[in-house]
Amino acid sequence: MPKQQANWSPYDNNGGTCVAIAGADYCVIAADTRMSTGYSILTRDYSKIIQLADKSVMASSGFQADVRALQKVLAARHLLYQHQHNKQMSCPAMAQLLSNTLYFKRFFPYYSFNVLGGLDSEGKGCVFTYDAVGSYERVGYSAQGSGATLITPFLDNQLKSPSPLLLPAKDAVTPLSEIEAIDLVKTCFASATERDIYTGDKVEMLVLNASGIRREFMELRKD
Amino acid sequence: MTRFEESAPVKGGFSFDLCKRNEMLVQKGLKPSSYLKTGTTIVGLVFRDGVILGADTRATEGPIVADKNCEKIHYMAPNIYCCGAGTAADTEAVTDMVSSQLKLHRFHTGRDSRVVTALTLLKSHLFSYQGHVSAALVLGGVDVTGPHLHTIYPHGSTDTLPFATMGSGSLAAMAIFESKYREGLTRDEGVKLVAEAISSGIFNDLGSGSNVDVCVITKGNREYLRNYMLPNLRTYVSEKGYSFSKKTEVLMTKITPLRELVEVNEGGDAMEE
Repeated sequence: MPKQQANWSPYDNNGGTCVAIAGADYCVIAADTRMSTGYSILTRDYSKIIQLADKSVMASSGFQADVRALQKVLAARHLLYQHQHNKQMSCPAMAQLLSNTLYFKRFFPYYSFNVLGGLDSEGKGCVFTYDAVGSYERVGYSAQGSGATLITPFLDNQLKSPSPLLLPAKDAVTPLSEIEAIDLVKTCFASATERDIYTGDKVEMLVLNASGIRREFMELRKD
Repeated sequence: MTRFEESAPVKGGFSFDLCKRNEMLVQKGLKPSSYLKTGTTIVGLVFRDGVILGADTRATEGPIVADKNCEKIHYMAPNIYCCGAGTAADTEAVTDMVSSQLKLHRFHTGRDSRVVTALTLLKSHLFSYQGHVSAALVLGGVDVTGPHLHTIYPHGSTDTLPFATMGSGSLAAMAIFESKYREGLTRDEGVKLVAEAISSGIFNDLGSGSNVDVCVITKGNREYLRNYMLPNLRTYVSEKGYSFSKKTEVLMTKITPLRELVEVNEGGDAMEE
């Protein structure tokens, strides 16, 4: 008798796109608010972004049940950290914690595609991008989710100054101003919405800078 | 006396010759190739003076929108139109083919085409291909016998209905029709209902989107209302715009000559006679 294949999957994909851009003294993290399954929309008003610490914000697309579980684990670990060290976790520290948490479930992964954004201890913007099992890298900008393949080439063209092969390696923050970066993010989402069926409804943008956190919404196509 | 063996019918139809080979390939792990599906909402309804057809305008290739404003209401005859859902190539090909056949038939008979003629031509073609021609159609028109509306499924079955929906958004559209349809609608009420049903598909089904196309067919007249509604304009256009002046980086330039220059000596050894 040939080996039986599973006819049930523990995973589902709720779609959506996340983007983060790091600036010299700010960081923009954005995600659309559409949650879908198959060809249907579950809700038009779902936040994929969570603030983990006062200078760390995570946006995740993929299977939202796993995303929610992951957010709870990270929030609990951060609380423990605060009790033990009497301070907030820095963004690079949170980045490492997220990587470890994801790899912990290497053989039954969180179906969660994350970007972590925030300000490092010097106040410069930082963005970390992950795969589903915890491989991560600090970058100047990143996109994840169903619209990532549409957005990343555009960001590469607008933001990537030198080729990564040229030495010395240039700084990982974009020279754009905060206003220009927000304009870029809005354009990215409006464009991705045109061509990706899983992206749309609204885009939620969080901007972190020295004065704190600001949240903005923009309407997207609802079809 | 020679006896002839009857071979497979000459006229079209699905050929089963390669089925066994294909099954063997699938077992060995071959993945079937994908094709452009319209992932659609198409509707039709019968009103007081004729029929109204409606369709969305999005064509998808998996999760990507391939065409934001395609035409899904196909011309069959001056008094007959057909909406198509399923594989885009199949709906185009089958409606073009039957449209040509109807024209020849009009020349042959000297009469206007009837909807049942188009229906029979379509269903027999689809049946002979055993569902492999993936076209789900809503056929509507007005002929001498009156207004007609039919649905045709990829395997070749048909229904005759007062209102019909097909495609991935058919449930969303049917929900509207079942709540609001009644007999004897006026033209304006009919168009409004069709537009509402298509909008329901556009906003609630991810496979449908962009604009609403409507076609109103009455006795002796038809109105093709392309892009009757445009409820999905782009929400954000950057004021300053974006330029794409950056070219690919040149990291290294190296020129390799392909042919070396060869010296030719005149007056060498003569060829032997």
